[in-house]
Amino acid sequence: MDTHSKTPQSTENIEQIEGVVIRFVGDSGDGMQLTGTQFTDTSAMFGNDIATFPNYPAEIRAPQGSLYGVSGYQVHIGSSEVSTPGDDLDLLVAMNPAGLKTNIASLKAGHMVIVDLDSFSKKNLEKAFYDTNPLEDGSLNNYRVIEVDMTSLTKECLKDLPLDNKSVLRSKNMFALGMVYWMYHRSMEHTLDFFAKKFKGKELLAEANTKVLKAGYFYAETLELIPNSYTIAPSKMPKGIYKIVNGNTATAWGLLAASEKSGLELYLGSYPITPATDILHELVKHRHFGVKAFQAEDEIAGICSSIGASFAGDLAVTTTSGPGLALKGEALGLAMIEELPLVVIDVQRGGPSTGLPTKTEQSDLLQALFGRNGESPVIVVAASTPANCFDMAFQAAKLAVEHMTPVILLTDGYIANGSEPWKIKSVNDLEPINPPILKEATPDWHPYARNQDSLARNWAIPGTKGLEHRIGGLEKDKTSGNVSYDPENHEFMTDIRAEKVKRVANYIPELTVDGAQEGDLLVVGWGGTYGSLHSAVKGISDEGYKVGHVHFNYINPMPKNTAAVFAKFKRIVVCELNKGQMAYVLRANYPQFTYVQYNKIQGLPFSVGDLNKKFKNLIANN
Amino acid sequence: MEDTAIQKYTFKDFQSDQEVRWCPGCDDYVILRSMLKALPEMNVKREDVVFISGIGCSSRFPYYVNSYGMHSIHGRAPGIATGVKLANPNLSVWVITGDGDSMAIGGNHFIHMLRRNINLNVVLFNNEIYGLTKGQFSPTSLLGQKTKSSPYGNTQPPFQPGELAIGAQARFFARIGGNNPKDMSDLFVQAEKFKGTSLIEVLQNCVIFNDGCYTHYTDKEVKEDKQIFLEHGKPMIFGKNMDKGLMLNGLKLKVVTIGEEGITKEDLLIHDAKESDPTLHQMLIRSTYPLATGNIRSVDELSFEDREMQLTEQVRTKSPFKKVDDLLFSGETYEVK
Repeated sequence: MDTHSKTPQSTENIEQIEGVVIRFVGDSGDGMQLTGTQFTDTSAMFGNDIATFPNYPAEIRAPQGSLYGVSGYQVHIGSSEVSTPGDDLDLLVAMNPAGLKTNIASLKAGHMVIVDLDSFSKKNLEKAFYDTNPLEDGSLNNYRVIEVDMTSLTKECLKDLPLDNKSVLRSKNMFALGMVYWMYHRSMEHTLDFFAKKFKGKELLAEANTKVLKAGYFYAETLELIPNSYTIAPSKMPKGIYKIVNGNTATAWGLLAASEKSGLELYLGSYPITPATDILHELVKHRHFGVKAFQAEDEIAGICSSIGASFAGDLAVTTTSGPGLALKGEALGLAMIEELPLVVIDVQRGGPSTGLPTKTEQSDLLQALFGRNGESPVIVVAASTPANCFDMAFQAAKLAVEHMTPVILLTDGYIANGSEPWKIKSVNDLEPINPPILKEATPDWHPYARNQDSLARNWAIPGTKGLEHRIGGLEKDKTSGNVSYDPENHEFMTDIRAEKVKRVANYIPELTVDGAQEGDLLVVGWGGTYGSLHSAVKGISDEGYKVGHVHFNYINPMPKNTAAVFAKFKRIVVCELNKGQMAYVLRANYPQFTYVQYNKIQGLPFSVGDLNKKFKNLIANN
Repeated sequence: MEDTAIQKYTFKDFQSDQEVRWCPGCDDYVILRSMLKALPEMNVKREDVVFISGIGCSSRFPYYVNSYGMHSIHGRAPGIATGVKLANPNLSVWVITGDGDSMAIGGNHFIHMLRRNINLNVVLFNNEIYGLTKGQFSPTSLLGQKTKSSPYGNTQPPFQPGELAIGAQARFFARIGGNNPKDMSDLFVQAEKFKGTSLIEVLQNCVIFNDGCYTHYTDKEVKEDKQIFLEHGKPMIFGKNMDKGLMLNGLKLKVVTIGEEGITKEDLLIHDAKESDPTLHQMLIRSTYPLATGNIRSVDELSFEDREMQLTEQVRTKSPFKKVDDLLFSGETYEVK
């Protein structure tokens, strides 16, 4: 076996490192997502902080060996705070030439790439458009290449088991995982338990995967070609019970928690759309909590059924992504004018139109704020990390029912699929939710009578005697709710609906600044870019720069101290994965400040390195 | 409906305080009166009645009934009503729609509602025209029909709502002339009793934009000769003198006269609304002479919300999760000390 590494060292060399960024890549059927999640869970249990980034093609099983069929899973583990999946890789595991070709540029110079040598056939090289074999032509001289006959070794290891060829080949990802476990001193225990559970009743598959995982582990141990192994000490995280969650699961759980806390049954009307469907997948499991999850015939029926459920007194939710939000626009206007509570979750993806379904973007902000006919403001909030999806889904539900209005929660493909450790929150410790339900008729009751502080109307639910009333999409009289074409009433109702949303500012937290509280540069972000911006700001703050970071979870209305925070900095840079939508909103709301934009629209998260450069540059040119 | 003592309501109890604003002479008034008469007969509390409508002349209906109601958006009433029913299956939920609302813009929701067999009662006001937008052809307008948007004649062949409904697996379909309040009220009560999606097509005259579109079937002088009113278990007999009837001739319906060619009442088809095979129901729906009215199809099957509730109960009994915390703290957790 050939290697580009110069001086093989003893396996006794154990290096203590701060953190590592690893990416597993292969065909979309190679099990890279599973490999990645196993490494993640094992590391989490060891106590490391973690952030992950699955990156997979829109095609379910793209042609084998093709460049566009490459599926990847990136994980960043560390002994101190980890807030992004990392920019550049410390280790790349490539199961085929296509995976190598599409990912090698992300590997840091001098770092290690493990390849399955058996997959570097003439045919696979051609499919990856390699004219010459990169393992032989010197193009990888800047890296440490570990070539392993992974396919043959897997076959050899399983030759005594009565398995078909397909099942044998499908377990070779466990060989790679075994090797990486050894390199980073991870225990195999969690994955062995996982096999036992996953293959219950299929003991042969459990045995095969166990054998291959161990074979990979011991292969790495005995292979002198792998020069070092590394340990990453547990991170100092707050005490508590943790689990690894991705954003979509956390969103679903936040809704469950809100349902229990409010005493309202949870209703989801939804239609499958990437990358939001996993919220539906999670909630359909939970009938035991009385969850009614309805897969409708289209996006419109999804939201409409939720409006019906809301009218009938459920905590009603609809989940979607950008194109679906466009379809829901008219119905959202109906919920808005009827002043019914409704949570709309938009897991943003690359747009416009079908765009980049499996990639991330923040380009639905203006659609969320303005994408309806007429004057129809709704509350818009955004989640900033996978675990924060739990909090913001809970908050979205609380605001919707307490203020009797639709709330749009924006997440995105990056945090929806990405995962991180979550310190589990007990429902007992969450804030109360008080829906303004009217239990019985009072003499002075009118459908559109309002709470004087929040301006929310009461929730009069079908089945309640004496509160029979009609609502609808036509403009309504300010008190009775009956149809009204009166000009002044229309203006009054338009204003009061807007004022109601505006007053939500009295009920949401103020902005807090990370890093410098005043100084040269304020980094402004919103939603799923929190991790990248936080890392970048922390990095350059540690170098002594006077940089602060504010991140918006609440976008309409904005926190009351926004202008006061902005005024403390010499320059403001608004960073977004779009062409400047938040900057546009800030210019409209706070025109007294000047905003610099930093935008990226490649379907990918920010690179911390690029942000660092940009921020230093802005400070230097102040 | 846990409280067994349901107050005895009258027509007036269900009348709202809103002024009715349809054109004078519109059949919609007949439909509203028939409903207000039927509601007290349904043994349902007023606070448990919900009317959901879409957009169009018919869709103003909920404002005129003193119950819960929502005048929603074009074509989407089935979706909204589905949510209401799933949220609270105890409610008696009505969908009020028209031929434009349910056959055109809301066609998708209409067929899926029927397919699922959710327990909603749907009144389809079919006037074969767009009234509220002032006279364009609808999906039930006739070929060649001249309208505001087809001045030279309509080139789009029409849907037959019943045919579409049965294609979408409707279990309950009834049809009635817009000038027949008594039978209409009866059908509304039958629809409420039926546990599944009940669709009642009302042949509704639009006095302004499509006046007389059904007169050849519904006029007093001709209706007994041109319509057959179907009742489950009764022979298919019609005519002023009750001397006409329906028989099968191969794969077609055939109109026969009792007393001619030795045919007696016993030879006529007996209407079986409960037959799950829809073949004969489809033939009746397509028949232009006589036009079939009454309860054409009424096949009992578990409703969607009952399926849902049964499944939920099954899952709930087996589940280890009682509180959300049980879920959150379950599975692969680890402790940081």
